[in-house]
Amino acid sequence: MNDIWSWQRAADVLPLLLEGFRITVLATVVGMAIASVLGLLVALVRRAPSRWVTLPVGFLVEFIRSTPLVVQLVFVYLLVPGLSSLTIGFLVLGVHYATYMSEVYRAGIDAVPRGQWEAATALNLPRARTWRAVVLPQAIRKTLPGLGNYAISMFKETPFLFAIGVVEMFTAAQQYGSSNYAYTEAITMVGILFLAASYPTSVLVRRLETRLA
Amino acid sequence: MSDNLQTLGDALPRLGDAVLVTLQLTLGGAALAFVLALLLGFGSRSHRGAVRVPSRVVVEFFRGTSLIVQMFWLFYVLPVFGFRLESLACGVLALGLNYGAYGAEVVRGSINSVPAGQWEASTALNLGHVHRLRRVIFPQAWALMIPMFTNLLIQLLKGSALATYILLHDLNYFTEQLRRSTQDTFFSFTFGLLVYFAIAYLLTLVMNALEVRAKNRLGAGPTLREVLRIAPVPATAKAGAA
Repeated sequence: MNDIWSWQRAADVLPLLLEGFRITVLATVVGMAIASVLGLLVALVRRAPSRWVTLPVGFLVEFIRSTPLVVQLVFVYLLVPGLSSLTIGFLVLGVHYATYMSEVYRAGIDAVPRGQWEAATALNLPRARTWRAVVLPQAIRKTLPGLGNYAISMFKETPFLFAIGVVEMFTAAQQYGSSNYAYTEAITMVGILFLAASYPTSVLVRRLETRLA
Repeated sequence: MSDNLQTLGDALPRLGDAVLVTLQLTLGGAALAFVLALLLGFGSRSHRGAVRVPSRVVVEFFRGTSLIVQMFWLFYVLPVFGFRLESLACGVLALGLNYGAYGAEVVRGSINSVPAGQWEASTALNLGHVHRLRRVIFPQAWALMIPMFTNLLIQLLKGSALATYILLHDLNYFTEQLRRSTQDTFFSFTFGLLVYFAIAYLLTLVMNALEVRAKNRLGAGPTLREVLRIAPVPATAKAGAA
């Protein structure tokens, strides 16, 4: 057993992993912030009356949604020189997840009962006020569980950033593994850290889901 | 631009191989994931703790640890324990285990959302347990599952791009090679992404066809043939669908 798993190596790599964990969490928070704002914008733009707007935006959203995040990361990284790989990681994660979030917002907006719109018209509320004070507060409440679930899923997809050389938790493990030729402890512990962080969060989100339902 | 197309033309046979690898990963992973999803999904609803608890643990484990960690673990760590898998097997196994766990939640949720009256009615008709699931509950749950399975299938296709990093020559790898030979990042990556998009689109079409068929078998919605034919569906059939 000792030649397979060494506690010494595990202790060596742990500080590197925790340092990487910080970047992982940072990427998730920044990425999710971009995704939730941009996602809402996309959802609103997709409701625009003109087809000249909705069709191209719709295609772009579908395109980003159904092509691999890794490929997109490398693509943008190679195409845009001058930005740090971490910034590119934030942006691509944010834009990729914005396409998911826009669907969540759309479902939330669609779920606001017709009566609310009609009431807003009857009260002679201006369009902007209808959105801001009536529709969005109700819609966004319903999107909270979706936001939580995508945050967890983004958290687990941050390792993709290794493809552009961002040293988050997984890249740290990978680097330690290749320089010492000992992947066992590093990769196993990354998995355990992911589980330790994402399982409690997913339990919380599920509780939020039942509370808001 | 014409140089790029020339290079692309020369690389076409390799594109075929690359798409084949991506499809092997996607379809192989999906097949494994489907079987696991059914086993673990039904397992998590079992009344027997000895079945339910392990199913839940396996589902939460593979959902909670990232796909990429699992794939690299199978590739780099498993050989330390004396099992060396081929790259393709690693990829299929990691994709299957990860998305199987996600699928298990879909199966569990869909079975739970079949109305209780359906269970009660099958009990009242004295149907056996297997018969009840196979002929009453599952067909209804299946129609609910398909849209969510479609999403997972696309996710799985996207996850298969990781295979490049366990040394498989898939579509992602082809894209990078194309970039190397054309020296044109925008061209090669746009092309690679478009091929991914086309595959995703085809898979979605197939899944939508499955969904139409599943709904039709429940007596809701038109048959697949009606949907696919060019002539418009008669008004009566439309009213029946609504």
